[in-house]
Amino acid sequence: MIKVENLSKTFGPKVAVDNVSFTVERGEILGFLGPNGAGKSTTMRMITGYIPPTAGVVRIGDHDVTENPIDAKRLIGYLPESAPLYTDMTVEGFLGFCAEVRGINGVEKGKAIDRAIEMCFLKQVRHQSVDTLSKGYRHRTCFAQSIIHDPDILVMDEPTDGLDPNQKNEMRSLIRRMGQTKAIIFSTHILEEVESACTRAIIIDQGKVVANGTPSELKSKSDLANSYVVSVSETDSSTVRDQLGTLIQAAKVTLVDDKAPNITARVFPKNEVTDGELGQAIFDLASKNSWKVSEIKKEEGRLDDVFSNITFSETETN
Amino acid sequence: MSNIWTITKRELGGYFNSPVAYVFLVIFLLMTGLFTFLIGQFIESEQANLRSFFTWHPWLYLFLVPAVGMRLWSEERRLGTMELLLTMPISLWHCIIGKFLASWIFLTLALILTFPVWITVNYLGDPDNSVVLASYIGSFFLAGAYLSVTSMTSAFTRNQVISFILSVVICLFLILCGFPPVTDVVETVAPRWIVEFTAAFSVMPNVEQFNNGQIDSRSVIYFLSVIGFPLFATSVIIRGLRA
Repeated sequence: MIKVENLSKTFGPKVAVDNVSFTVERGEILGFLGPNGAGKSTTMRMITGYIPPTAGVVRIGDHDVTENPIDAKRLIGYLPESAPLYTDMTVEGFLGFCAEVRGINGVEKGKAIDRAIEMCFLKQVRHQSVDTLSKGYRHRTCFAQSIIHDPDILVMDEPTDGLDPNQKNEMRSLIRRMGQTKAIIFSTHILEEVESACTRAIIIDQGKVVANGTPSELKSKSDLANSYVVSVSETDSSTVRDQLGTLIQAAKVTLVDDKAPNITARVFPKNEVTDGELGQAIFDLASKNSWKVSEIKKEEGRLDDVFSNITFSETETN
Repeated sequence: MSNIWTITKRELGGYFNSPVAYVFLVIFLLMTGLFTFLIGQFIESEQANLRSFFTWHPWLYLFLVPAVGMRLWSEERRLGTMELLLTMPISLWHCIIGKFLASWIFLTLALILTFPVWITVNYLGDPDNSVVLASYIGSFFLAGAYLSVTSMTSAFTRNQVISFILSVVICLFLILCGFPPVTDVVETVAPRWIVEFTAAFSVMPNVEQFNNGQIDSRSVIYFLSVIGFPLFATSVIIRGLRA
């Protein structure tokens, strides 16, 4: 549904987006990650046709956004970063205006407004002036505008920014539900959001795509991925470390917590060790030494770890 | 077309949803009355025409029209709604024209509400109503010309005050470059052809044509160009902002 090919954008000497390519199909929810100023918003603005690309092509369905902007924009619902609204209108009036601009009139317009208001929990403030709304309601009103025409494609720039924890959860579950039938892109810097809502994530840094995969694929790139955390009580910390170090499957052992009575150590596997082999070995070692083990846990890797590794090293090398 | 009307409706609603519209209408009517009856000495002149009413319009509009149009684009920029508007399936031209029309319709309404002056002059004497009609048409075009300039200046900046001041300065130029008291002085220091060249851009001789009861095609074309060019410039500025 969304096809981005070699997209670049320069502002004067500054390269904001550098040769970015990816696709999003129906049923996919793509999380767009990156530090501030990485080029997330610029990319989204090019996808939605707000700013023209310096080079590259964005295809929305069958339409090229640059050559055929009106038809492309018809397919997109867009929630800009700051959730802008016309403050001199009521919630209903605003949604009605957005529906009309999108060619929804008459009875259909009323239905579209009702549906959007219901989905975004705006019933209470339906007749209220936008000016008097709290930030959460404003955000939801702007979100309602983006789904008023039930678009095939949703592009959302930090959709949960400024919401309280409950609203964040609501928003995520809404995104997940809609993601079953639509192609969705949303940007965020909240990593747990990617894990809970996305089917795929792209990490972008300094305008370049530096990682692209499912959340679990990305997590497996973490240094901690596949390591084991072992907690042992009533045993000396150096003994635990040394014993674990003797395992042929272990590459490295670090102590996470060496304060008695609970010693916690992390064991990293050697590269050639197959999945589960190290865990078995640790288990055998513990029973052989009659350690009182309170926990053995395999680490799947942490997204924040991957994120900071990738974006930090990029900053270092540049 | 329906897109343009949707935008126009929203903008017009924007005026009437706030006290701004009513304050403006009251001030506009008070000012026209003040200029016509006190300064223009409509009654004392004992002439059955509305010259003392229409003569002041280029000066009155100089402040009132930029006040109406200054928010057109600067407000969109300040609120960030421009991003919303321009990612909707609607062309930039439709937005520009829709917004312009809304303000022009509002100014026309203000102009129509001056009808008591017309009733008064018809009650007191026997004026040539075709001249009055021509003058009204001239005033309508004049408001459009100033408004178009304001549309351009409001696209420049997110600050409405700056938009207002820029617009007043440009409109003032459109008056003064063909205003005899000014051109007579300038002619003493500058070559005559320069003065005549710049005077050709002035609204004054064209307004005068209408006030004399003549709807000259050249004046109509003049006003349409003065409306068209700044609107085109508005589109260039907005495209520039996004590039």
